[in-house]
Amino acid sequence: MADYIYLIPLLPLMGFLLLFTTLGNLPKALVALVGVGSVASSAMLVLLTALEFMTLREPLSTTLYTWINVGGFSPFVSFYVDGLTLTMLSVITGVGLLIHIYSSLFMLDDKDYSRFFSYMNLFVFAMLVLVLADNLLLLFVGWEGVGLCSYLLVGFWHEDSANGAAARKAFIVTRVGDTAMAIGMFLLFAHLGTLDFAPMTAAAISQWPEGSPILTIACLLLLGGAVGKSAQLPLQTWLPDAMAGPTPVSALIHAATMVTAGVYLIARTHDLFLLSPFALNTVAVIGAATLLMAAFTAITQHDIKRILAYSTISQIGYMFLALGVGAWASSIFHLMTHAFFKALLFLAAGAVIYSLHHEHNIFKMGGLRKKLPVAFWSFLIGSAALAALPFTSGFYSKDAILLSAYENAWQGPLLWGIGLLGALLTSIYSFRLVFIVFFGEVKTEPSQPAGWLMAAPLLVLCLLALVGGFIVIPVMDVFPAATGPAHDGLIAIITPAVPIVGVVIAYLIFLSHSIDISPWTDSKIGKALNRFWFSHWAMDWLYDTFIVKPYAWMAHVNRMDIVDWFYNFTADVVRFLHDQTTQSQTGQLRTYAGVMVLGLAAITAIALFSGGGTAP
Amino acid sequence: MTMILIMLTLFIGGLAAWMIEGWNRDLPRWISIASITLAALLLVPLLDAPVEMLPLAHGVSAPWLEYINVPWIPRFGISFVFAIDGLSLLLVALTIFLGFVAVLSSWSEIEKRPGFFQFNLMWTLAGVVGVFVSLDLFLFFFFWEVMLIPMYLLIAIWGHEKKSYAAMKFFLFTQVSGLIMLVAILALVLVHYSQSGVLTFNYFDLLGHSIDPDLAFWMMCGFFVAFVVKLPGFPFHSWLPDAHTQAPTAASVLLAGILLKTGAYGLIRFTVPLFPDAAAEISTLAMSLGAIGILYGALLAFGQSDFKRLVAYSSVSHMGFVLVGVFAWTELSIQGSVMQMVAHGFSTAALFMIAGALQHRLHTRNMNEMGGLWQEAPRMGAIAMFFIVASLGMPGLGNFVGEFLILLGAFAVNKWITILATLGLVTGAMYALMSLQKVFQGERDHPKKNGGISMPDFGMREMIAMIPMMIGLIYIGVYPQPVFDLVNPVLASLYELTGTNNKIWVGVLP
Repeated sequence: MADYIYLIPLLPLMGFLLLFTTLGNLPKALVALVGVGSVASSAMLVLLTALEFMTLREPLSTTLYTWINVGGFSPFVSFYVDGLTLTMLSVITGVGLLIHIYSSLFMLDDKDYSRFFSYMNLFVFAMLVLVLADNLLLLFVGWEGVGLCSYLLVGFWHEDSANGAAARKAFIVTRVGDTAMAIGMFLLFAHLGTLDFAPMTAAAISQWPEGSPILTIACLLLLGGAVGKSAQLPLQTWLPDAMAGPTPVSALIHAATMVTAGVYLIARTHDLFLLSPFALNTVAVIGAATLLMAAFTAITQHDIKRILAYSTISQIGYMFLALGVGAWASSIFHLMTHAFFKALLFLAAGAVIYSLHHEHNIFKMGGLRKKLPVAFWSFLIGSAALAALPFTSGFYSKDAILLSAYENAWQGPLLWGIGLLGALLTSIYSFRLVFIVFFGEVKTEPSQPAGWLMAAPLLVLCLLALVGGFIVIPVMDVFPAATGPAHDGLIAIITPAVPIVGVVIAYLIFLSHSIDISPWTDSKIGKALNRFWFSHWAMDWLYDTFIVKPYAWMAHVNRMDIVDWFYNFTADVVRFLHDQTTQSQTGQLRTYAGVMVLGLAAITAIALFSGGGTAP
Repeated sequence: MTMILIMLTLFIGGLAAWMIEGWNRDLPRWISIASITLAALLLVPLLDAPVEMLPLAHGVSAPWLEYINVPWIPRFGISFVFAIDGLSLLLVALTIFLGFVAVLSSWSEIEKRPGFFQFNLMWTLAGVVGVFVSLDLFLFFFFWEVMLIPMYLLIAIWGHEKKSYAAMKFFLFTQVSGLIMLVAILALVLVHYSQSGVLTFNYFDLLGHSIDPDLAFWMMCGFFVAFVVKLPGFPFHSWLPDAHTQAPTAASVLLAGILLKTGAYGLIRFTVPLFPDAAAEISTLAMSLGAIGILYGALLAFGQSDFKRLVAYSSVSHMGFVLVGVFAWTELSIQGSVMQMVAHGFSTAALFMIAGALQHRLHTRNMNEMGGLWQEAPRMGAIAMFFIVASLGMPGLGNFVGEFLILLGAFAVNKWITILATLGLVTGAMYALMSLQKVFQGERDHPKKNGGISMPDFGMREMIAMIPMMIGLIYIGVYPQPVFDLVNPVLASLYELTGTNNKIWVGVLP
């Protein structure tokens, strides 16, 4: 029945192979056809899978072959589709398809058009493998694969070394998390003997009591992988730099899909986390801390894409918070709505950048409302959803998360409070962006707006960002039934009201200028705080000073290999002795005779005295 | 017979290439290609040869595809014991394939004495094949020396600016460690003689004898040092960067691709099975050396600006995984080590070939003088990217399967060393991506860079060498099972052999 599932990832892979091996020798129209067509076909197959899933109402699975079978370790290449996977598949192929269509115009003037689509197709393939995998090792294949594609696409314009540096940073920082995740897999395998999700979960439940230390360590190691990939504290520093990639890449990889892989991983292994309250609380704390830190930073940025990047970090923080308080479905729901509105925001930002000749600074923009109406409305709707204004998609998902946080047994009101403060900041920074870029006086004259290939995906995403909150995701059977947030009267009113307050504040400060914040921002403390937030709490500086520079210094100082000195030293000593002894070889007979006599005398003397006089 | 024929083909092919040099300077390389092709064809029937079970010791039998035992110097118990099993077959096949790559990579590079060059190349190959199939310790030692001398000549005659230093260093390291092994071999044979009254160098006879633990420890060390120097393991690695950097491309390909594997092979075939208890005693030390090598090699690689030196240090790092895997001695980790040997053979040989091609075109190995070469040489860039990505352990390619199984197996034995070794995933990515950036990405039009030299892309000959290696890495990354099936019976028998008389090996979770 489900034997076509393997085609879902295979088609983008074939697209990649075709585009990559031809090395840019295909005409652009054909490249676009292959690049977009492969993802479109996958999306069709996902639709088919969804229909089958809805009729059967049970998970589908298919096994292709045994990947490895040695020494009791036998991971299969097999795919598994349940409600969670199906949701992810829909987001990846659906939003992915829209972004591919958009890119076919956005990237048209690029000389490496074909290379771009080959990497994008490879990314879609890897991401699909990640969510389809039915064991942790196969998931890791996709996991590393998306990391590679992220590296390739961030550094897509590799002539500029800065892009290459950003790409390397993205890869290496996430690799730190991946290393933790790999160690987590070793630990799980050593104790449970399998990495297949279902048997692994069953073994963990039967083998470990709740709160078992080894399980907690394993969960924390998996969490390490998740925070790397999803740009959460303390590994979030790569994401803002990753904005060096083309804007569709930021939309697809660094907003809608790859960065949510960490959320997916924890959701997929939620049975393990449920056994370890400590690990689960850690997830919540990381989410809460990250969402607040990134929100503060977003307020101070002036690069349009970096604002969105910090906003992504912050929103994924909400997803982690939801995971940590056990609101699994709400987390995945927010993942989906975030994919809609954040992809929309990035693509709209791309349209703005496209029309302003690669201008990124929001203070050089202004009054674009009339000139770029599609971008404006997209931004307005996207920002409303991001700020969780009532009846947008983001409202339903974020509201559910905050109410669940309040109900959490461990530190519920505190987590709720942090989330609420984050929500206030979110609506301030998102409408700060809208007011500065689209209202006020025109600062840079835009060229003509983008064509329909770019506008159409924006319109579809606008629709989804508006009404996506009404989609019911089929994850009821995947997660344990939630008790559902009880709607405590006052809490249920405050929670949705806060974002509206934020919009009003943003209006008063950035549009009507009725509140003058310059006394605060120009004060000494205000400036320092601004600089601190702008640098994202000096985290890059910390890593640079304490890890990157010492490592580079060590590599530089030891580039001649200190171990080699030992061998060279030995050789030098031998050579020195050789030179010394050579000098004694004078060729003069009388010297030799003299030395011989002296030696003989010395030996005789030693024999006489050491033997105590008892000579033979 | 197959093994002898293969070696004869290579020996005679080498001689013929040398002889014909005075008559025609283009013919030697064709003779090499012909003899390598013939050797490869001779190997084909072994792929589905019937398996013969021969007893090793302690009632454990091992499956052999071919076994020959002809007396050579009967007075000292020395015979021609040539035997091949799945492990040897895999490594011989790798040798012959990389020999082919080496000839192609030196196609137009060698102008001085092309016939003598091919002679040395062929004799190195024959020596390596001999090492992989000799199971008489004297014969093994003989081939161990045979592969050394022509390699020394390759570096000393056709090397780059510091060739004498590098060749002498290579020779001394290998020679001194080889002599230590010879002492250990003689000691083992004499101890066996004093116990049983039979003077023999035959591996099968020497296996499974109980030796006084102190004596066994020192003998084991003799074997261990020789093989770890060759591997090369920390802190015996420092001959490798010089040898690699100075060697002509073909010699680098052979050095990295197969000569290093003889060290790993020796550990798996001789050190552990002959002295299981003594090897178990130093397993923690050896695994630590492996893990240190992984991180130290990566750190050194990160500090280099010479592309060949960087790849050389990356070999130190990658072979560190093999050392960890062998001395963890679990089924998973040994299988991983063998897989890592094959994958590293492909990926590093290819990277050395790329380095050689760059040097041939740009007359420099300094990465700071390169940059942005992708534009002019996209095929080369894409292929370099492929092998760099493979060498940093991307899932779906062979190196990942090897490294993952090593670490997965080793974790059950010693979790802290394994964690240390796993950090190599990060450090490996650092130098690998840096080299890709410095050579192929970045600005091309920098005035100081490349000196305006035009940069021809890979041609047909180079693609013929590269494409099979790429397919090979994808194949063993996506569907490694045939390789496992080939090698597993061998490793299972060795594992059983050492497991039966030693419980220390059995992995227990701490």
